[in-house]
Amino acid sequence: MSAVTHPAPLADVQPLTGSQVVVAALKDQGVEVIFGYPGGAVLPLYDALFQQTDIRHILVRHEQAAVHAAEGYARSTGRVGVVLVTSGPGATNTVTGLTDALMDSVPIVCLTGQVPTHMIGNDAFQEADTVGITRPCTKHNYLVKDPADLARVLHEAFHVARSGRPGPVVVDLPKNILMGKAPYLAKAAFAPRSYNPAREPDPRRVEEAVELIARAERPIFYVGGGVINAGTEACVRLTELVRATGHPITLTLMGLGAYPASDPQFIGMLGMHGTYEANMAMYDCDVMVCIGARFDDRVTGRLDGFSPRSRKIHVDIDPSSINKNIKVDVPIVGDAERTLTAMLAAWQRQSNRIDRARTAGWWRQIDEWRKKDSLRFRQNGNGIKPQYAIQRLHALTRERDVYVTTDVGQHQMWAAQHFPFDKPLRWLTSGGLGTMGYGFPAALGVQIAHPEATVLCISGDASWVMNMQEMSTAMQYRLPVKTFILNNSYMGMVRQWQDFFHGNRHAESYMDSLPDFVKLAEAFGAVGLRATKPDEVDGVIEAALATRKPVIADIVVDRAENVYPMIPGGAAHNEIKLSPEEDDGPVKGEEGGMVLV
Amino acid sequence: MAEELRRHTICALVDNEPGVLARVIGLFSGRGYNIESLTVAQVDARRGLSRINIVTTGTELVIEQIKSLLAKLVPVHRVQDLTVEGPAVERELALVKVTGDRQRLVDALRIADFMDVRLVDRTPQSFVFEVTGTSDDLDAFINLVEPVEVSRAGVVAIGRGDTVLGPRS
Ligand SMILES: Cc1ncc(C[n+]2csc(CCOP(=O)(O)OP(=O)(O)O)c2C)c(N)n1
Repeated sequence: MSAVTHPAPLADVQPLTGSQVVVAALKDQGVEVIFGYPGGAVLPLYDALFQQTDIRHILVRHEQAAVHAAEGYARSTGRVGVVLVTSGPGATNTVTGLTDALMDSVPIVCLTGQVPTHMIGNDAFQEADTVGITRPCTKHNYLVKDPADLARVLHEAFHVARSGRPGPVVVDLPKNILMGKAPYLAKAAFAPRSYNPAREPDPRRVEEAVELIARAERPIFYVGGGVINAGTEACVRLTELVRATGHPITLTLMGLGAYPASDPQFIGMLGMHGTYEANMAMYDCDVMVCIGARFDDRVTGRLDGFSPRSRKIHVDIDPSSINKNIKVDVPIVGDAERTLTAMLAAWQRQSNRIDRARTAGWWRQIDEWRKKDSLRFRQNGNGIKPQYAIQRLHALTRERDVYVTTDVGQHQMWAAQHFPFDKPLRWLTSGGLGTMGYGFPAALGVQIAHPEATVLCISGDASWVMNMQEMSTAMQYRLPVKTFILNNSYMGMVRQWQDFFHGNRHAESYMDSLPDFVKLAEAFGAVGLRATKPDEVDGVIEAALATRKPVIADIVVDRAENVYPMIPGGAAHNEIKLSPEEDDGPVKGEEGGMVLV
Repeated sequence: MAEELRRHTICALVDNEPGVLARVIGLFSGRGYNIESLTVAQVDARRGLSRINIVTTGTELVIEQIKSLLAKLVPVHRVQDLTVEGPAVERELALVKVTGDRQRLVDALRIADFMDVRLVDRTPQSFVFEVTGTSDDLDAFINLVEPVEVSRAGVVAIGRGDTVLGPRS
């Protein structure tokens, strides 16, 4: 690393307060923006932030949203997102966001206020056992009890958040530590004590993997968000390797954008609502190359029916992700970029021995599956099909620098299916935790990081209201996020499962008493728009894109539409169901699968 | 076979800081893994390191998971699976209380003598024995004397020969 000059010497002359040390460490770490909400325990830190101009603070309206906004910032830039909240309720409100970031490997440093050290354990006002509560939902957490540790802990928090499999780190800061004197330690002088994940792959394993890939007759690349986390260079290497091999590639929900969706070798997303061709290819392949994905249950379906005849290669930076759900044949622990670079080099050394004709039959089979056109939907009736709205949104924003966030439910799956991405870092969705309320605050974080970009939040009528207070944040900072609510007056995904698995009984999934979203937007000072017929969709999208203000576009869609294809819980990939018109029978839950979520 | 359950003794060298034990235990309880015994004590005061010995039972996949999850914890420096990387010496200590009439106590004492177990506390109505050995040795003694109370320390273990589980330099 190149030497950076630090303003640190000041610290040697006159000791800083703990709050000043925190600010110095954040600057040293290159932090430009913090998402937060003040309260008694963190007032000294807010005071220190007030007296400087390098770090911008964005005031959210709920601490959960602070974490999601920081996630949006982090996932669209590849940098660490920073959160600052007060003790007690401020800290407990971050738990959902932290869990979300843990599941989706998002680097976050969350600073929480704490009661002074001498009051810890006394049930003091706004005291919560923050390290206890957040231990299972963070990658690591710290309670700073000695001012001498403060600077080191902060640097270590950033180091832990961004290295290996990234994740959220909490630093709990008692008020007396923030107010007392504390020595500063520059980032350049910091060396991690124990956590130093290996990044270089074992070269023998890489050779073994490439040998397998070269000899495969029915290969498939199965790639996840880990490659995006490894950086845009990793995505470039991935694209080079996949193109060099000529093999098909499928991406997970988190991996979308890691490989260009417009490329003919891309066969779509896999998993519960993935394409027919991707899931059938996963089932039938003879060599599976998993890179930066984790064989989760939404992807594998029934474990004993998962890709029964393939040899499996798994590249992951996190050894504990390997052999967790699925036993693999060639485990490779390493950073995706370095591993892909090594694989590419090994491939080029072997390339004269490689016979592309070997996979011709496999491609013929894939093209057969592709003909099912499994994402097709039928325009029946006068209503707006949600898939159509998303396709139009894509068509009318293709020339723009566009980022998309979603909430959770049917609209999320339709967005994943119908809004293709050619670049990484553009697609932000809550995959692992499936957090309704993620989309809008995440979009605000994206817009903060990319002020000139077009940021779309594709949401549902139930999800959006879970963090709708953030429209105030959008107004305050003039963040022109465009929210498109695919309004079906239902918790659509819940309704879909009730139709399939619970005898059409719509227990509590109807969204009664929804607000008038147009008026709601206007109440905040934003722009409200509505489309109720297909021919109004383009006009609404164009109007939304034309304004510099935040927009809520209420797209009233067909309530009865279901997401297809679908692999019911507990089924295998080859038991995938296409839409009712195409398929033999209704989607039914397998007995064992019914207990799954 | 991967599905076969096997008992493993795993040692970890960790920073001696508050919360480290909670992290280790949380890793087991949060994932439904089983802990048969767990011991922890500081072993290197200068570097502030403690050693945790864990005895657990699981399939090969679960044991691999446990080890990589342990290694991933920030305060954990080294992890060693003595069952795989062995051979190892394993010892346990127990304090065993026997009460009753004279005859019972005499019988217990005779067994203790025979098994090299020390008597560490006596009253006319009770004996407390200190027994060290493998867990099987302890089980054998306890089964024979039918105690009213037992306090076991859990397994401590160390690799045989000159292999060393020390901090990375
Ligand atoms: C915080 C939270 N609570 C509950 C759920 C369970 N859940 C999953 S999808 C869904 C319905 C979402 O409805 P909506 O936002 O209207 O989207 P739609 O499915 O209609 O597109 C619910 C309740 C969840 N994912 N997150």
